[in-house]
Amino acid sequence: MRQPPGEESGLCRESGLTLLMDQSRPGRVGASLPELDVPPQELPPDDLLRRDLPLPEVSEPEVVRYFTRLSQMNFSVDTNFYPLGSCTMKYNPKWHDDVAAMPGMADIHPLQPEETVQGSLELMYRLQRYICEIAGLAESSLSTLAGAQGELAGVLMMRAYHLDRGDRQRKVILIPDSAHGTNPASAAMGGFSVVSIPSTAQGDMDLEALSSAASPEVAGLMITLPSTLGLFDRHIREICQIVHRCGGLVYGDGANMNALLGKVTLGALGFDIVHLNLHKTFSTPHGGGGPGAGPVCVAQHLAQFLPAPVVEEFRSTDERCYRFATPEQSIGLAGAFHGNFGVLLRAYCYIRSMGKAGLRQASEDAVLNANYLLSRLRDVYHLPYDRRCMHEVVFSARNQKAGGVRALDIAKRLLDFGIHPPTMYFPLTVEEALMIEPTETESKETLDYFIDVMRQVAKEAQEKPEVLKLAPHHTPVSRLDEAKAARQPDLRWRNRKG
Amino acid sequence: MEGPGPSWPYLPNTPSDRQEMLRAIGVSSVEDLFADIPDELLNPALQLPTPAAELDVRREVEALARQNASPGGYSYFLGGGAYRHFIPSLVGRITSRGELATCYTPYQPEVSQGTLQATYEFQSLVCGLTAMDVANAGMYDGATALAEAVLMACRVTGRDRAIALDTLSPRYKRVIETYVRPQGITVDMVPFTVPEVPDDAACLVAQYPNFLGNIEDLAFLERKAHEKKALLVVSVDPIALGLFKSPGEYAADVVTGECQPLGIGLSFGGPYVGLFACRERYVRQMPGRIVGRTTDSQGRTGYVLTLQTREQHIRRERATSNICTSEALVATSAAIYLAALGRQGLRRVAELCYHKAHYAASLIREVPGYKLPFQAPFFKEFIVQVPAPVKEINRRLLDRKIIGGLDISDLVPNGMLLCVTEMNTKEEIHALRDALAWAAREAR
Amino acid sequence: MSYPQAFRYSKEHEWVRLDEDGTAVVGVTHFAQEQLGDIVYLALPEPGTSVVQFAKLGEVESVKAVSDIFSPLGGTVLEVNKEAVDHPEVVNQEPHGRGWLVKLKPGDLGGVRNLMTAQEYEAFLAADGTKRH
Repeated sequence: MRQPPGEESGLCRESGLTLLMDQSRPGRVGASLPELDVPPQELPPDDLLRRDLPLPEVSEPEVVRYFTRLSQMNFSVDTNFYPLGSCTMKYNPKWHDDVAAMPGMADIHPLQPEETVQGSLELMYRLQRYICEIAGLAESSLSTLAGAQGELAGVLMMRAYHLDRGDRQRKVILIPDSAHGTNPASAAMGGFSVVSIPSTAQGDMDLEALSSAASPEVAGLMITLPSTLGLFDRHIREICQIVHRCGGLVYGDGANMNALLGKVTLGALGFDIVHLNLHKTFSTPHGGGGPGAGPVCVAQHLAQFLPAPVVEEFRSTDERCYRFATPEQSIGLAGAFHGNFGVLLRAYCYIRSMGKAGLRQASEDAVLNANYLLSRLRDVYHLPYDRRCMHEVVFSARNQKAGGVRALDIAKRLLDFGIHPPTMYFPLTVEEALMIEPTETESKETLDYFIDVMRQVAKEAQEKPEVLKLAPHHTPVSRLDEAKAARQPDLRWRNRKG
Repeated sequence: MEGPGPSWPYLPNTPSDRQEMLRAIGVSSVEDLFADIPDELLNPALQLPTPAAELDVRREVEALARQNASPGGYSYFLGGGAYRHFIPSLVGRITSRGELATCYTPYQPEVSQGTLQATYEFQSLVCGLTAMDVANAGMYDGATALAEAVLMACRVTGRDRAIALDTLSPRYKRVIETYVRPQGITVDMVPFTVPEVPDDAACLVAQYPNFLGNIEDLAFLERKAHEKKALLVVSVDPIALGLFKSPGEYAADVVTGECQPLGIGLSFGGPYVGLFACRERYVRQMPGRIVGRTTDSQGRTGYVLTLQTREQHIRRERATSNICTSEALVATSAAIYLAALGRQGLRRVAELCYHKAHYAASLIREVPGYKLPFQAPFFKEFIVQVPAPVKEINRRLLDRKIIGGLDISDLVPNGMLLCVTEMNTKEEIHALRDALAWAAREAR
Repeated sequence: MSYPQAFRYSKEHEWVRLDEDGTAVVGVTHFAQEQLGDIVYLALPEPGTSVVQFAKLGEVESVKAVSDIFSPLGGTVLEVNKEAVDHPEVVNQEPHGRGWLVKLKPGDLGGVRNLMTAQEYEAFLAADGTKRH
């Protein structure tokens, strides 16, 4: 990425691309519309009507160039290696987008009579079955619109399950200290308080702490497997047993399912509820922060609480037909309609084309790639948990910190090499954490390039730390003043000409 | 075909790459890397299909798509929260660019200026459209945006009771209940004719236009809410704001809405994106991501995620919401649509909808057996009372390749909610009238 | 950095100064502001609010962290430092001076006995203070 030449010559109107409202000129339009083909009707009284519509007036080529130029200021999976831990930034097959845009799928209305959307319903039904099979659980609902909404649905199902049994004292949800922030936030939205469970020095959950926290007040445990440390908890079955013994349920955050496809099911390990992130594990594009989809799968004893709607199969005369249904004691409707269908469609294509063997191969390669990075970088970056990792490896920049270089500086320096940084400062339990998830869609050559760069950066950290501290040097903008952004929030266009 | 076994286009590792990497790791097989998984549970037998090529899967989905009725063969008069509007090609062309579609949430601003500036544009456009002070980067959809607005109103006022007009979409009401019930918040519906707001109400919730298509009297509702120090929360159809006064002009406190009409395909219900705007004084109580404008170390303008301490990754169980991944790319679509349509275009779309819907209503009113029960001003949707069960009328319309209106006979006896947009031609509207007349005769 | 002798300090890194007019001025220590980094927002109680010693007084936000502020003394809030609220950077710049947070009318002055002197606080920092709560 380079600055436009105008930057140096001072010919740019401003360094960023000019905002739409500042490009606006009265009379320009960016789209054409048909003439009214019916007799005009009487408009409502004037006092109901809008006088001014403060929207931009720009021509079509201006709109196209503006947003295209903006897109060129992004790193993305299509353009850069993107080993962002816990986000599973794998390649997103292009043809899935074409399928999602297919007439008969992209243009159908969510409230059409069910007999006119049998094709879509059948596809959703099949997808429900596939993800249940992958999770090792009995039933699922595709209606939840993102991972965190899947979590909320899971928490609400815990609540509904206990209340249904007349068990009103369960106000607590247990969450490991390494969990994503969405877990405690979802628990709180579900009306629960949170008790944090520490990890051991080996990175597994502290079973003693879990046992003493497991009380009749516990509604359940929310746990990510592999953990956010990239480790498969060796006591996971025992953990599920402890929670079940105190009457709680076990909820699995599927954020890290990319390690386990076809290798083991969470249901077999003792989980009761699992959500899957289709925009991570099942290769649907992340879109710069969505759309995603976070369908939930549950064991049979929780099926009646699933969020609405679910798709069910029935027989009408001789034919197999499909319809929406609301589970008997459903926690309710998650969104206005039936889930992010366009995302579901892509995930369906992914599962169908990979097949059982391909999904397993994907997880094996994801784990292999992460362990390859682990073994090739462990002599320069501190490895806080010295054991094999799953699909991601967590290093600590604590060796480098001694010389005054922080994880943040290492991350920013990677940008100069065209690499998106790993997740930093997460999990919170690791000092100067660098969480690296290469995914299975990267070649060995890319991994080797990354290894070389990481080693080079470690060397720079020792020899010329100022290069790191001022990085990045070759991006459209350098480090941004986030304190200024928060102290004097500028959150929308304003007429600065006064 | 001979080869080393099945291969997949997204898996670049060859068998020899794998061997080399295993050697570097110091293990003999990939199974050694899964040693922490209990042996007896490893590699379970799963009932999943065998791998299929792109061409095979395309054919399979095409076959399923052919079982759906779609706008290629049918004319649509169905709305109820999702709407067929014209989408200029540039929207899809731009958002299908991998640089926008295949990036993560912009946590590294130096290499995410595209997503960040597009989001800042979305926030600005939403503020302009709604006449509100601040907007966030978007929520999952219009319904969840409204549910989060109710939660926010409760945080702001310290009250735990919400009042909603009974003209609110029943689906939206159900989503609000999913969100607020666990926190001990109640939602009471009041008749839109007598919207009494009790002293302990956190907010008064209205839809604009309401579920029945009518324009609510926001000036009246604003007085009703504010005299009890409750917030006025309004859920909008953004297209209507091209023609009708915005809630901000009526001093609403929070405005939410479904952006699907703004250049987003129907896609059987999603992905869509919800807008969320409010008064500046409530900005720190807002859910969701917010992008702010700032400068870089060399003084150049740039954009970052800001006010992040509200969010789950920092405040955890005390966050304003659990939302993380939302609908960024869909919000970008809406921003592109609004940029392209602009000041004149959005007004045009709104007027086309208005005139066509009112023209259709004037024709249907004359068809024997059909009645329009409401007199209030409406935008692009209106209720028709049909002379037979709505289901039956709709089944006959299907025979004539028409997707009829939404069956709302649980709210209005024999009520059908019809929707007319700029997508419906005069010929389609006439065909609808004729089909309705025919259906009424047949149903007798 | 030397910590003013006239102040008393809490283990949560707040300070309090008792003025002659009977008010208690409360702030966060230099060590606290350094740990927090760029402070961007302060959430402080309205005047008239009563606070309990060592209970939550308010919140201080940096770009990517929120920390509770605990009141080093019990009492009633008299005044909030408007300058610090409008320009939180003064807490970074002058944590022991212009960057004070609130003035209290102390309830029980005996609470001062639960606080540390400057010497004790510096010793506390040397021994244990790097572990923030």
